[in-house]
Amino acid sequence: MSKAYLGIDIGSISTKGVIIDENNNIKASEYLWTEGDPLKAVKRLLSALKLQLADSQQRIVAVGTTGSARKLIGAMTGATVVKNEITAHAIGAMSVHPDVRTIIEIGGQDSKIILIENGIVIDYAMNTLCAAGTGAFLSSQAQRLHINIEDFGKIALQSTKPTPIAARCTVFAESDLVHKAQIGHKKEDIVAGLCQAVVANYLNNVGKGKKIISPVVFQGGVSKNIGVIKAFEELLGMQVTVDPNSHLTGALGVALLAKKSRVEKDFFFDITDIEFKTVGYDCKKCSNNCEIICIYKENKIIDAWGNKCENGAITKSQPHD
Amino acid sequence: MEEIKASYPQLGNYCTPLELLFTEGFDVKYIVPPPITKKTLALGSRYSPDYVCAPFKYHLGNFIETIEAGANTLVQTGGVCRLQYYGELHEQILQDLGYRVHFVNMSKVQDTNPLTFYNGLKEINPQMSLQKIGRILPVVLKMFEYIDEAENFIRKNIGFESSKGAFEKVHAAFLGDLRTVRNKKELKSTYRDYMKLFKGIEINKPTDPLKVGIVGEYYTIMEPFSNHYLEKELARMGIVVDRWMNVTNTLIHYPKKQIQKQIKDYAEYPWVATSMATIDRALEFARKGYDGIIHVKSFGCTPEIDAMPILQNISKDYKIPILYFTFDTQTSETGVNTRLEAFYDMIIMRKETKK
Repeated sequence: MSKAYLGIDIGSISTKGVIIDENNNIKASEYLWTEGDPLKAVKRLLSALKLQLADSQQRIVAVGTTGSARKLIGAMTGATVVKNEITAHAIGAMSVHPDVRTIIEIGGQDSKIILIENGIVIDYAMNTLCAAGTGAFLSSQAQRLHINIEDFGKIALQSTKPTPIAARCTVFAESDLVHKAQIGHKKEDIVAGLCQAVVANYLNNVGKGKKIISPVVFQGGVSKNIGVIKAFEELLGMQVTVDPNSHLTGALGVALLAKKSRVEKDFFFDITDIEFKTVGYDCKKCSNNCEIICIYKENKIIDAWGNKCENGAITKSQPHD
Repeated sequence: MEEIKASYPQLGNYCTPLELLFTEGFDVKYIVPPPITKKTLALGSRYSPDYVCAPFKYHLGNFIETIEAGANTLVQTGGVCRLQYYGELHEQILQDLGYRVHFVNMSKVQDTNPLTFYNGLKEINPQMSLQKIGRILPVVLKMFEYIDEAENFIRKNIGFESSKGAFEKVHAAFLGDLRTVRNKKELKSTYRDYMKLFKGIEINKPTDPLKVGIVGEYYTIMEPFSNHYLEKELARMGIVVDRWMNVTNTLIHYPKKQIQKQIKDYAEYPWVATSMATIDRALEFARKGYDGIIHVKSFGCTPEIDAMPILQNISKDYKIPILYFTFDTQTSETGVNTRLEAFYDMIIMRKETKK
């Protein structure tokens, strides 16, 4: 039986999973919607991955989690590595493109830029307080225009004269879009205009003051949108590389980190049959009223967090195998 | 006449010297403002204009909390940014909410003449005596300085304490004992005793630890709740935290000329509020070879937004990463932690390759 490593990236919109072998080859992968319930999404993800692995002789010896629900899913899966998505994305991208200098990442709710020099991250930025110009914005606009988000890029490419759309803020962009549609702009022009707006917003916010150097790698869910890729290439005046697995980079990165950590802890797929739940409450021990989250595995607390001081610490029993 | 029970909103640990100033100097009862919590923010946001800067909301929430704790006289200061309008608006909002309190708005005292200022202060207590204030003021000012010095020391060492919580315990006792101080002699010996205790705490500090400097807007940088306990989080990662911004360096000994001279290459003309200090300190941290800088501000803080392009230049010139944080009324820690963890990963990787 050979060793394998599982990486899970649980974002606000989508959940990604990758299983790699000792030689960093992807043995199984899955991408599905989080639907606001990370615990359930990961169970579905694990069932899908298990099916793909069915016949192979792989034993998962370490799990890594990343993405905004990394802590919760880390507790659920007994992960040995729980890593922020910026580092995970950088590691994942560098494993596929060792010479990368700039990573553009646009996901469901966040966007980031990572600058790399000689194989190390030298600077990064991530959007704050605002989800303008991210996947969620494109999805909601696609819905408004009654087109599938999967067709968005193809439709944009048909445009010869993209409609200028205010890029500063989602709310402004939306009202601009409505007005332009009502005065008769063609749908493909509006779609192309939206792609450009997303790119302009990205470069003006997350990319502000950052020097973008080639080779540029574009990843995250939005990198599947060919209209946005084209808009980036036009605005930057350089080639933008998108890997076929660009939506899985975070999961790949954290699987690599789990492997690199050399800490091993066997993982079994049967956790899909175990009930996990979270209970949140406000700590009453001081005026801070921290929100404490407790994770239960079949009615037994396996982890808890949220307390800012020792008063609110939850004594947890050791997780049973 | 009703007893005067006065207060000013919480900021860091400065309620201790303010208590001394109010009780011994202004001769009024001082209501210690309740600590800033989620409740403060919820109260403040409910009654504030949505787009006002977060410190306004914290102040308003804390004013309401101090009224509930018994205060009947509230003091607000002036400033060189939106802070100048805080008092006017706070007073109006509290009045509209039906709170009947005496509101002393020091921003109305435009004159820098000490006597005019004193006459403004007299609104707190018409019976106050210049003599009493004169006697206690040097003790109050020195107390600000000692608190700042102690906290500087803590920031640089707390991340390395061998027994968790050791610094916080001594710090709390120090602040507690300061409340009984009434003259310079007592103050000095309290300070000396506690500095000995602080320096005696066992630490396990590497010879070349990671160093991060913090710069940014006045309130958000100094009130830990409003920056999601950023300094504590950094210390937990084993980082030396350096912050210059405090009351000592700005209100008591502000080196304006020196700052102007130092940042001449980056900002030729005088700027308002904290922007010049932000640039000056970022430059200093960069020159000293710190591993990174973190810039904090509340959403919409114009002086700090002005400083940001200059910080980007400093970042480029000195090849020092700068992480920018904007805080408003969100209370989720996930986003802040993600960025901090990534920042930590980055600076430690950079440091290792430099070796």
